This record gives sequence, structure tokens and C-alpha cells, in this order.
Amino acid sequence: MSSTVNSGFSIEAPRSDGRNHQRSNYELYSWLFMRISGIILIVLVLGHLLIMNILDGGVQRINFAFVAGRWASPFWQVWDLTMLWLAMIHGTNGLRTIINDYAERNGTRFWLKMLLYTASAFTIVLGTLVIFTFDPNLG
Amino acid sequence: MTSKVGTLYRGGEGMWTWVLHRVTGVAVFFFLFVHVLDTALVRVSPNSYDAVIATYKTPIVNLLEVGLVGAVLFHALNGLRIILIDFWSKGPRLQRQMTWVIAAIWFVVMIPGVYFMLKHTIQTIFGSAA
Repeated sequence: MSSTVNSGFSIEAPRSDGRNHQRSNYELYSWLFMRISGIILIVLVLGHLLIMNILDGGVQRINFAFVAGRWASPFWQVWDLTMLWLAMIHGTNGLRTIINDYAERNGTRFWLKMLLYTASAFTIVLGTLVIFTFDPNLG
Repeated sequence: MTSKVGTLYRGGEGMWTWVLHRVTGVAVFFFLFVHVLDTALVRVSPNSYDAVIATYKTPIVNLLEVGLVGAVLFHALNGLRIILIDFWSKGPRLQRQMTWVIAAIWFVVMIPGVYFMLKHTIQTIFGSAA
């Protein structure tokens, strides 16, 4: 391994693609977000799975009336809304990393990520609307 | 270090937890899309929501839920291990031991978890024990 010499003037690095790569902390914030959201999601998601799938009969007791009872409480509305947003962004960022790792062609990478962002935005908006516009007296 | 020509992957616990973290992450994320869509049926009608939830109560989907909970639990525990490697001064040195600790916790939580999740399904298939 050769060490890098820090020369005082700006010159293009060997084999650089000639493009101007702007330095940003985007990947640092992304890395930090995965850890912070991950810790919050451990509480929200494991709590959700415990209540919905394990306690008091699990999935067998879930129906429209059960959901109506839960969403009558602002506590569970906020819980579900936070979980939706954090899980969707956490998952989208994880899949972004995976696409960047395995899709080698620029075009493939770009379109896979556009598909991902579109699907994620749609799902976040849909889920948010469902929580905010839920009507227990529907039908 | 042994040389394995033709691959970047060197094996060991560290590689396999990394692979499992990716696989479980993608699987859980794809389920999340489906789950937001099925929950959105509460805005259509109580009947259509109850109809889709009925599929979650069938034995095969019930078994898939056990897989989902197992995947989420592994991803959560391994995520904690990654955070400890990154932020705890002893983390990098103890990463291998932490792998066995999370494996043990996973089994200890899953054994009663699987029991309660599959209780109804097993009673339905083999007849109520009561």
C-alpha cells in the first residue's frame, strides 16, 4: 500500500472520471439514521408483533372492530404512524444500499432506485391517509 | 488469512450475519408494502378488511407469520449487535461472542413465541385438546 501525499494544489487524481464530486455528509447521516431509527423500531415493531401475533389469541382475534378499538386511541395512532414512516424510510434506505451494491450499470441502478422511491412514497402517503381518515362507522 | 480465489466472501459468522441481515431486511420490507395495502382495506369496508385478515388466520399464512416474526427478531437483534460494534469500545473485539448471544436470545424468545402463534392452528388441525 502506498500512502497518499497531500499536495497543496488541486490536481485530478489518476484514473478519475473527470467529474466534480462534491463532498457531502449524506452517507454519514444515512448511516446514523439507520442506527437511530433501528433502535426506535425495535420497540415499535417488536411491540406491534407481540400485541398482534402473540398476546391474547394473536392474529385470530383481529378484525375491523379490533382496529377501530385501537385507533380510537391517539396513542396507537401515533405509534402506528411513527412505525409506518420510520420502517418505510429505514427499509427504503436499506434497499437503496443493496441496489447500489449489486446493480452495476448506471441505468439499471437509476431506474431501480426510481421504482423504489415511487413505491415507497406511494405506500407512505397511503398508510398516512388510512390512519388519519379512518372511519369506525364505515359501512 | 486463507486465500479464496474468485470471491470476496471469506465466510465466518461475520459474513453470514451480514448476509442474513440483508435477506431478512429485504423480506420484511417487501412484506411491509403488502401489509400497508391490506390494512388500507379498512377504508374500503369492514367486510373487505375482515376478508383479507381471514387469510392471515389460515394455517399456511400463520406459518409464514412465524417466519416473519423470526426474521424481524433476527434483524432487530443483529441490528443491536451492529450498533454495539460501532459505538461500544469493546464491541469490535466481542462481535463474535455477541453473535452467539443474539442466537441464544433468538431461540429463547422464539420458543414461547412460536407456541402462542401456532396454538390456534395446531388445535384446528389436530382437534381441540381441551
